[in-house]
Amino acid sequence: MAAGIRIDPYLVPALDGVAYGLLVFVAAAGLVLCFGVAGILNLAHGTLFAIGGYTAAALLDGGWPSLALALVAGTVAAAAAGALVAGLLTRSAARSHLTQALLTFGVALAGGSLLVGAFGPDDPPVRVPAALDGSVAVVGHRYPAYRLVFIAVAALLAGLLHLAVRRTRAGMLVRAAVDDAEMVAAMGVSPTRIRVGVLAIAGGLAGAAGVLGAPIIGPGTDTADTVLLLSLVVVVLGGLGSMAGTLLAALAVGQIQTLGVALAPSTAPFLLFAAMAVVLAVRARLPLAPRRAT
Amino acid sequence: MSDQAVRALRRGVAALVLAGLVLAPWAVDDYTAALLARTLALGLVGVSVALLTGVAGLPTLGQTAPYAAGAYASALVAGRLSDVGPVQVAVAAAAGAALAAVTVPLVVSARGVVVLMITLAVGELVVTAAGRWRSVTGGTDGLAGIPPVRPLWGMPVLATDRARYLYTLAVVAVLLGVVLLVLRTRVGLLLRAGRDDEARLRASGHRVSAHVAGVHLAGGAVAGSAGALLVVAQQYVSPADFGFDTSALLLLGVVIGGAASVAGALVGTVVVIAARDWLFGVLPGQAPLVLGLAFVVTVYLLPGGERRPAVRGRLLPGVPNRRRPADRPTPSEVRV
Repeated sequence: MAAGIRIDPYLVPALDGVAYGLLVFVAAAGLVLCFGVAGILNLAHGTLFAIGGYTAAALLDGGWPSLALALVAGTVAAAAAGALVAGLLTRSAARSHLTQALLTFGVALAGGSLLVGAFGPDDPPVRVPAALDGSVAVVGHRYPAYRLVFIAVAALLAGLLHLAVRRTRAGMLVRAAVDDAEMVAAMGVSPTRIRVGVLAIAGGLAGAAGVLGAPIIGPGTDTADTVLLLSLVVVVLGGLGSMAGTLLAALAVGQIQTLGVALAPSTAPFLLFAAMAVVLAVRARLPLAPRRAT
Repeated sequence: MSDQAVRALRRGVAALVLAGLVLAPWAVDDYTAALLARTLALGLVGVSVALLTGVAGLPTLGQTAPYAAGAYASALVAGRLSDVGPVQVAVAAAAGAALAAVTVPLVVSARGVVVLMITLAVGELVVTAAGRWRSVTGGTDGLAGIPPVRPLWGMPVLATDRARYLYTLAVVAVLLGVVLLVLRTRVGLLLRAGRDDEARLRASGHRVSAHVAGVHLAGGAVAGSAGALLVVAQQYVSPADFGFDTSALLLLGVVIGGAASVAGALVGTVVVIAARDWLFGVLPGQAPLVLGLAFVVTVYLLPGGERRPAVRGRLLPGVPNRRRPADRPTPSEVRV
């Protein structure tokens, strides 16, 4: 234990950082897909996460069935909202990034207003299943059981996502669309279908993250903005389209937001800023490496 | 709608708005005059957004960052150093340009939608930092009790909302004039050339990175001086003035005003912000919903479906080993 004494006080924030980072990764993975495949900067992404969060708050009652129900309902609702965004982004509406940004922001604003109208302006409490409501001992510290389970589940999700993108036909189509959308279209796969599908999957990921992460980043009026900002930072840090880079960036952002706050409470927002500056500056100096699709 | 009709409509709206702006303070009560002064300050930020987005082709969602820097700098100067307007505007412009200079390394090599992402993140981070840095910015409570401003050395302080509005209008007119004059010179040509064909400009020996850095500094200075006007207009400043909503409304105003037209951007921003303030007055609960739907509807109603977007770079970030070279002209862009 002698060697452990010095790092001991920082163990809990570091573990929190892993949970936080994996949560941000699942949310940001959707944004990476949208951005990499469809070239769409979806400013409503945080709102899709909030849909999942509010669903969790409304449905969870402390039992396992309610968690499963909330997960399915939140994922489906957010995926449907993602498909709605894709439907609104017709060829003429998506003609430039400016109109895309305006349209998706309009959806975010209207969606946020509808959510507040439906669930009220206060942050609703979230009840996790009773079996996970306690805490467990981790190297002599009490740590919330839900977060430990969340870390495992989110790591599993990240692994499944990697397998889906690498090994399934749908994942291959998505990667092909990143590399050469016209060639994929010439093979007879409708680009519209890919776009709608990707936005719906991205929405589903955000919704699932919202449900599972509700006890960590709870639903509220600021949730959408917070998640959008963190996801954007993670996507930029992760190299705009690489899943592995996004995962690393998300874990780093998680540590900055938790361990960074514990070590240097007043500088956390500046730390995120500095991390972005360093990564972008270094990348601008390096010769561009050939990009691998997602 | 044909392009000509749209242009005539835009001109008509611009003339009406300008006439209204000068006469407004005599037609409305003090509260509305103060709101209008703040709207004009935001219009000036819209000018800086148009400078970057429309003229230079670097779409930005982060001009609230230098705007905030200018506002806080000017509030601190007003409290401790000088109550003379031009001094405050100069300090605020310097603060805005300094903040832009810090963020130039982040954006200088980015193009297209990546600029939107990075500037959005920068803007949000600056607002977060302003909320946390309590010793200087007063945190989320903001800075209040800012002493009234003198328009010039030796003149009396501005005590009424009407006077403050006219001061704001005068400063905005002067700065807009300066921007328009500069854009008529070689500088404007170079910026537009960089937007339309960056590779060609680079090939003919121009340092495009320096242009991009320069226009960022200029945009930061303009937005910073708008911050000084905000402080004069509402005599209070808090992080709530610089949220993500504000950036998006500015971008909407600029797009409505015709992104490449700097004066149109001022009018567009003023119209959009005034509409927002009016909506929040008449529909307190539903304003964000109506505003969001207005964004969506505007995108569908905007003219120009066939034009190439006037934005540097391509829709997707650069992919060096893409099979189709980017600069091979497609039939729609063959030059004669």
